[in-house]
Amino acid sequence: MIEVRTITKTYDTGAVSFQALKGVSFTVRDGEYVAIMGPSGSGKSTLMHILGALDTPTSGTYLLDGKDVSQFSDDELADIRKNKIGFVFQSFNLLPRATVVRNVSLPLLYAGVNGEERMSRARRALGAAGLDEEHFEHLSNQLSGGQIQRVAIARALVNNPTLILADEPTGNLDSATGEVVLGTFRKLNREQGRTIILITHEHDVAQHAERIIFLKDGMLVDDVIRKPA
Amino acid sequence: MRISDTLQETYVALSANKVRSGLTMLGIVIGISSVIAMVAIGQGAQSSIKANIQAIGSNLVMVMPGAQRGPGFQVSAGRGSARTLTQGDADAIAQGVVLASAVAPELSGRYQVTAKGANTNTSVVGTVSAYPQVRNVQVETGSFITDQNVQSLSKVAVLGPTTRDDLFGEGAEAIGQAIRIKNIEFKVIGITKEKGGTGFGSQDDTIFVPLSSAQRFLAGETYVSTISVQAQDEEFMTTIQQEITDLLLTRHTITDPQLADFNVLNQADIVATASSITETFTILLGAVAGISLLVGGIGIMNMMLTTVTERTKEIGLRKAIGAKRRDISMQFLAEAVALTFIGGVAGVALGWVVSWGFTYLGVLQTTVTASSVLLAFGVSAGIGVVFGYYPARRASRLNPIEALRYE
Repeated sequence: MIEVRTITKTYDTGAVSFQALKGVSFTVRDGEYVAIMGPSGSGKSTLMHILGALDTPTSGTYLLDGKDVSQFSDDELADIRKNKIGFVFQSFNLLPRATVVRNVSLPLLYAGVNGEERMSRARRALGAAGLDEEHFEHLSNQLSGGQIQRVAIARALVNNPTLILADEPTGNLDSATGEVVLGTFRKLNREQGRTIILITHEHDVAQHAERIIFLKDGMLVDDVIRKPA
Repeated sequence: MRISDTLQETYVALSANKVRSGLTMLGIVIGISSVIAMVAIGQGAQSSIKANIQAIGSNLVMVMPGAQRGPGFQVSAGRGSARTLTQGDADAIAQGVVLASAVAPELSGRYQVTAKGANTNTSVVGTVSAYPQVRNVQVETGSFITDQNVQSLSKVAVLGPTTRDDLFGEGAEAIGQAIRIKNIEFKVIGITKEKGGTGFGSQDDTIFVPLSSAQRFLAGETYVSTISVQAQDEEFMTTIQQEITDLLLTRHTITDPQLADFNVLNQADIVATASSITETFTILLGAVAGISLLVGGIGIMNMMLTTVTERTKEIGLRKAIGAKRRDISMQFLAEAVALTFIGGVAGVALGWVVSWGFTYLGVLQTTVTASSVLLAFGVSAGIGVVFGYYPARRASRLNPIEALRYE
C-alpha cells in the first residue's frame, strides 16, 4: 500500500529555485497496475525518484506499507529499496560482463542471502519474467533488447518487493518487443498480484495499465480508473 | 554483504580488466621487492663488514704510529709515518696494563719473495708468539713462531695459504722448504689456516717471521709498525685504551695529548663506526625503495579513481537495488587492498629472489629478515587502504539518481 500526501519537491539551483512537484496526493493499493503519465517537465521523474526511495520530498509524507519514509536517511532509504522496491530502467542497467543469473541475483547480495539460495531465487524470477532457461548462463551483452529487459524485470522481482517501478521500460525497444515486455508486466500483475507503477510519456504504453495518473507542471491533473486495453 | 561475496565481487571486477590490474600491481611489486632487496643488501653489507672487522681479532686494541713532528714545529709528516713505537713500548704495555691478556708487536713490509723459481710480492709480518692469539690466526700444519725463534733471530717463516699456493703450487707440502725474502733464506715451519675475508687486507696472503729477524735482516730498523693488544674482556677495552695512551705519553715524554705521536684504536669503536655507516646506507636504500613504493601507491589511487568514474552507472545501479554507502566503499576498498596485497606477496617473492641472487653470485651474503617481510606485507596492505580510501569514499557518496543518469 502506497500513500502519497501533498508532497512537494523543490530544487535549489543557486539563485533560482525550481518546484518540480507542487503538492501531489494519491493512494495505490496492493495489486494495482498504475501508469503515471505526463509530458517531459511534468515532474514524473521526480515523483518516480521519491516513490522509489531514491530521493526524499521537500515536504509532505510518503507512506510505504504504513511507514513514513519521507524523512529517511540515505542508508535507511537503501534498506527500503533493498526490501520493498524493484526497479526496471529504460536503459536496462545490467552489468555487461556478468551472466544473466548473476545480474538477477545482485539485489540479494546486499540482502545477505547465501549463494545457493541466490541462484535458485534468481532462476525462479527469470522463469516468472518469461526468459528461456537456455539464456540463464549467457552474458547479458549477448542477449537481445527484449531479453535484456526481461532479465531486468527478473532482477526487480527477485527480492519479492512491495512495488515494481518501471521507468519508460519500453523506451529503448521497438514496438513489437515493447508489447512483449508490457505483456510480461500485465502477466505479473494478474497472475502474481504484483503492484506495478509504470512511468511513461507514451499514451499507447499507458493503455496497458488499469489506472492512469496524469501529471502536468508538478500537479496531479487527472486520475482515471479504466479497463486496460 | 558477506565477506565471501565481497571477495568474489573483487575477483570479478579485477579480472574484468586484467592488463590494467596487472600493470597497477606491478608498481607495488617493484616497490615492495626493492624495499625487501635493499634492506637485505644493506643488512648483508653490515654483517659482512662486522665479520671482517671481527676477523682481525677479538677485543682488540691497536696502537699505530701517529704523525712525526719536529720539536716546536707544527709540521706534520702525515699519519702513520712516525717511527716511534718500539719493542720497549710493547714490553711496557705487557707489564703495565694488567687488563691486557696478550700483546703482539709487529713490523710489516712488502718484499719480493722467491722459492724454487716461483716468486711473489707479498706482505711480510715480523711478530712474536702471541700474535696468533691476538689476531685470530690459526696454524694449519707445522707451528707458529716461538719466543725461542724471536730471541735467536731464527730465519724461519710461517706462510699464509695463498702465499703457499703462489710459491709452491696449490696444496703443496711446503714445510721444511726454503724461501728467499729480500734474497735472504728463510725455512718454512708452518702454514696458517685459511681465513678468507678481504676487510683489512687478506691475512691469507702473508708471511710471518720472527720480529727480531724482520728488524735485523729485512727492515734494518728497530721500530715496530703496530702493537696489537688483546683485552681480557670486551668491557675493559676503553680502560685499556686509556691506560695505553697514558703509558705511552709518559714513555714518549709528551705532555699535550694533542701532539701524541701514536694512535690507539679500539676495535669496538671501529665496529660501531662501520655499523653506523652501513646503517645509514641501509636507511638510504630503504628510503629510495620506499619512494618507489609510494609511487606504486599513487598508481593504485589513479587506477581506482578511473575505475570509479568508469563504473559510475554500475554504482548507481548497485545503490538503486539497495547497496548502502558502506557496501560500495567496502567493495572499492577491497579492490585496492587486493591489488596491493597480491602485489605485496609477489614483491616479497621477487625481493627474496633478488637477495638470493646476490648471495648466489657471491656478491654479498644477504639476509631477508622476517621483520622486513612482515613490514612489507603490512605496508602493502596499508597502502591499499590509504590510497584506496579516497576513491572508495568518492564512489560511496555518489548520488544514485545522478549516477544512473551518467553516460
